Amino acid sequence: MDKLILPYNHIQTAHCENGVATGLLKHHGLEFMTEPLMFGLGSGIFYIHIPFLMVNGGPAVSYRSMPGWIFSRASKLLGIKVNRRKFNSEKEAYDYLNKQIQLGNPVGCQVGVYNLPYFPAEYRFHFNAHNLVVYGKENGSYLVSDPVMETVTTLTEEDMLKVRFAKGPLAPKGHVYYPENIKPVSKEQLQKAIYKAIHRSAFDMLSIPGPIAGVDGINYTARQIRKWRDKLGPRKAGLYLGQIVRMQEEIGTGGGGFRFLYAAFLEQASEITGNQKLLTLSDEFTKAGDLWRASAINMGRIFKGRLNEQKDFLECADMLDNIAAIERAAFKELRKIKP
Amino acid sequence: MKKEDLPQDPSALVGVTREVCYVKDKDGKYTSDLSIGWDVKKQALDNAWEDINERITEAAAKVKSGEISPVFYFMEKKLMDLPLLSGYTGFWQWTIKRHFKPSVFKSLSQSRLQTYAKAFDISVDELKNFNG
Repeated sequence: MDKLILPYNHIQTAHCENGVATGLLKHHGLEFMTEPLMFGLGSGIFYIHIPFLMVNGGPAVSYRSMPGWIFSRASKLLGIKVNRRKFNSEKEAYDYLNKQIQLGNPVGCQVGVYNLPYFPAEYRFHFNAHNLVVYGKENGSYLVSDPVMETVTTLTEEDMLKVRFAKGPLAPKGHVYYPENIKPVSKEQLQKAIYKAIHRSAFDMLSIPGPIAGVDGINYTARQIRKWRDKLGPRKAGLYLGQIVRMQEEIGTGGGGFRFLYAAFLEQASEITGNQKLLTLSDEFTKAGDLWRASAINMGRIFKGRLNEQKDFLECADMLDNIAAIERAAFKELRKIKP
Repeated sequence: MKKEDLPQDPSALVGVTREVCYVKDKDGKYTSDLSIGWDVKKQALDNAWEDINERITEAAAKVKSGEISPVFYFMEKKLMDLPLLSGYTGFWQWTIKRHFKPSVFKSLSQSRLQTYAKAFDISVDELKNFNG
């Protein structure tokens, strides 16, 4: 295979999984798909603070659901199957990817970013749930559409194997996936899917037992922040706040911990269903996103070293409690929403 | 966030890509726009790197003073922790902890050194001869 370029349209999105899923569904004829719609249908919005687990030496918080779930959940609602393969053998994984390209099938690949050469060095941590599309091969290199990049890029065979077989938490194990069984989606089917996905998100944010997941998780983080300065000392406590801000705002989130993305989804959902209430609730998530941004600025004053009193930490915590209250109320409304 | 409020503060993304953010246009409708970065999160990332570099410098000093083996230094340098290094080498975490001891490290077999060197993406010589 010297040169094989499949007709795939690169799309740039905020989040990599949304981007791969949206791009692949568009490729298979579902032209109406957008990033916010994919994110909403996949019930991507979430919050969780996992205690005792450390990520890069800081607290493990996430503003979105588990990697892989967005595409799976959205596909299920639209009657699409996602074909997924993982491998123990690098050789098998290599052959399988080449075969898919030869079959004319652009596929999604899960990769680690530590060895991704085209990423800025400052962003290359051991994060293993990045996603990209492989849409061909030329001069021994794979043609890659990475949704966080403005343009397409390439990866050598050696680099591709390295990133597909990154090790550690969420190790990709050569994970390759693509949608199957794609039929046209009717308006009624899409409307039904939207309501189901919204109820799913409301469940995730309001009804998961325990204090660490959903809106309760935001209150949990607030309680931790109140203790950090005494427990860890001002410097480390500041670094912890920095980690929260990075998880919330770094490339891939669309800003405001995915809340703007969800607000954009509700706006589109309101257009598709004609339900005005969804538009009103979209504004609540814009408000939540704006408050998350304000909270990041406030935390920034601490980790930039301008403020560092216990009362400043308390103020950060109070802001999070306020956001939790707004999101709780909004999701309670979403839980009740009916066609 | 309104489109005109989207920060454009130069960050590590410059020259590589710009990131998609969701913002409201002047009619109050959602649209996406590209940003080259935001000062607040740039500072958070810079701080994280400052912390990492301090840990690497400390690890080097400890190797120099004979407190700890090069395995620990390269683990820090490659931004790894015990679970991750265990994933790359196939060694148990407690085994790796033992290899942090300079005396144990000195007696490591060639094949184990090779496994570490591969995980760290360096040569065996670089690993063996690192002295802070």
